[in-house]
Amino acid sequence: MKKILILILMTIVFINAQTPSAEMILEKIDENMTSENQVVTSKMIIHGRRASRIIESKSWSVGDSKNFTEYLSPAREQGTKMLKIDDNLWIYTPSTDRIIKISGHMLKQSVMGSDLSYEDMMESQELTENYDAKVTGTTVIDEVNCWVINLIGKVDNLAYHKRKIWVDKNKYIPLREELYAKNGKLLKRMELKDIKNINGRWYPTKMIFKDMLKRGQGTEFVIDDIKFDQNIPEYKFSKAGLKR
Amino acid sequence: MLSIKLAFRNLIGAGLRTWLNVIVLSFSFVIIIWNKGVLNGWNEQARHDMVEWQIGGGQYWQENYDPYDMFTINESHSAIPQEFKNDIANNEMTPILINTGTIYPDGRMQNVILNGIMPNQKVLKIPTEKLENNSNEISVLIGKRMAKNNKLEVGDYFPIRWRDANETFDASDAKVVGIFNSNVPVIDQGKIWISLQQLQKMLVTPNEATMLITKNVDRKNAEVDGWIFRDHKFLLSDMDEIIRMKNVGGSIFYLILLALALLAIFDTQVLSIFRRQKEIGTEIALGMTRWQVVRLFTVEGAMYSIFAAVLAAIYGIPLLALQAKNGFPMPEAADSYGLPIAKAIYPTYSLGLIFGTVFVIFIATLIVSYLPAKKISKINPTDAIKGKIQ
Repeated sequence: MKKILILILMTIVFINAQTPSAEMILEKIDENMTSENQVVTSKMIIHGRRASRIIESKSWSVGDSKNFTEYLSPAREQGTKMLKIDDNLWIYTPSTDRIIKISGHMLKQSVMGSDLSYEDMMESQELTENYDAKVTGTTVIDEVNCWVINLIGKVDNLAYHKRKIWVDKNKYIPLREELYAKNGKLLKRMELKDIKNINGRWYPTKMIFKDMLKRGQGTEFVIDDIKFDQNIPEYKFSKAGLKR
Repeated sequence: MLSIKLAFRNLIGAGLRTWLNVIVLSFSFVIIIWNKGVLNGWNEQARHDMVEWQIGGGQYWQENYDPYDMFTINESHSAIPQEFKNDIANNEMTPILINTGTIYPDGRMQNVILNGIMPNQKVLKIPTEKLENNSNEISVLIGKRMAKNNKLEVGDYFPIRWRDANETFDASDAKVVGIFNSNVPVIDQGKIWISLQQLQKMLVTPNEATMLITKNVDRKNAEVDGWIFRDHKFLLSDMDEIIRMKNVGGSIFYLILLALALLAIFDTQVLSIFRRQKEIGTEIALGMTRWQVVRLFTVEGAMYSIFAAVLAAIYGIPLLALQAKNGFPMPEAADSYGLPIAKAIYPTYSLGLIFGTVFVIFIATLIVSYLPAKKISKINPTDAIKGKIQ
């Protein structure tokens, strides 16, 4: 009996030793997914009640702080540009030839009718700073072994008090993320699929965002082309660049 | 007196020509009084409903509150001032907390304004007693337009999402506990009413409010730091502006109607002076001064308005009284315009309105009668007796 007990204890210790800490997993995700800068050509497929809309765009980004997006199609959105620098967001529409700063309540509006709000786009990914993270278990998603990480907000001013992330054990890629309301109601779900090795990094090329309170199939975000560590001129991230 | 008698005889003698003018002018009387009466009735009903359902005796607004700026609504709340506590306890005042939120009835997303109100309040007519709820469930009260637009019924549940004072998302299912029927769309369309305590808990803003509504209009409203008092003049200014615009729009209609009637009188006067030249010449030859003849014709013309007023009274009084009793039915969609409009508007006719209209039409008729008659002062009596056209 004593031997069995020791064996069980040793097994638990061994399993725990095999499970890295949540902070370490999140750091590994950052290592894998973040680069000095990125240039992405993508499609946003917004599934509406009657039909779906496809919006193509190209974006240039430096870390989490700077992003410049230009919409390429359809014709109605072509030429619309968005610039994000830290917590500021500006939008330029060629039809009005004006630059508008998106602030306050406007940040809560949906981006071109999608399941994403401007605020979701603005959100900084400093999860370890803002949340207490804990690995709560393992599971299998699409035949991939994952860790399940629970994040509970440790500061007050977070949009989402609780998050849950499923991370691929081998590639350190989040495969699913759920965002919860303060009282625990599931608000949004993000699924990351079609993981590809791009320049030595594992990267999801398809993401599905879904507002869980809303009816519909959500919004798909498909990456057609992604380049890391490019030479992006500084003027790209200036307000003057919006009108070019 | 002689000219009045003569004018009366001449008009009666003219027969159908007189009665045609009188009938047309009487229409103007009745339509102008009716139209103004409907506007007065709407104004009175709308003010009455707004006071009962929306504005009370006046409102204290938190200094940052601007109902037209959706972007600042969530920041427009602060602690209820200590000096109002007694009035709130005595139901002389009720606090309202306002915040934005999103509801998802049947999975459709809709932005709404969340209004927190005390369930036991007696300041507004909203049936808030239905919000009395001891459970943790969010009970909501909505208006009939909101219920119709979102296909909601009493007992239905729908998800509601909001952000608390720290900007953190929170969400829960809400239950419709009551649907009220009000003529004031501002408190209905896009609005959800929740118990004040419940909303304060949801937003993590204990004891805070966006506005305080007073019960009595005569209340002495002292200045309170951080709060601005809005009186009826301010709160009803939009309604006053709408009525003013409607009056201006209506005036164009009256002018056209009156112009048609006055044109008929003017024509009749011109024709009458032309046809009665020999009579005019004879009257002057017999000793009447030119101005006496001018006065005779002017009185004749003005008398149309008196006949018209009498005729309008004969058929107009029962017609307008019936309308005032049964009301003027408004179309089904009228209440979706965002204005406080009842299903039927009951016109109100004041003495000022009736006598004012009679006076204005009388003066207008007097002027159009005088203008052609003025020509008589230049008539040569000899030529007139000869029937020479002048």
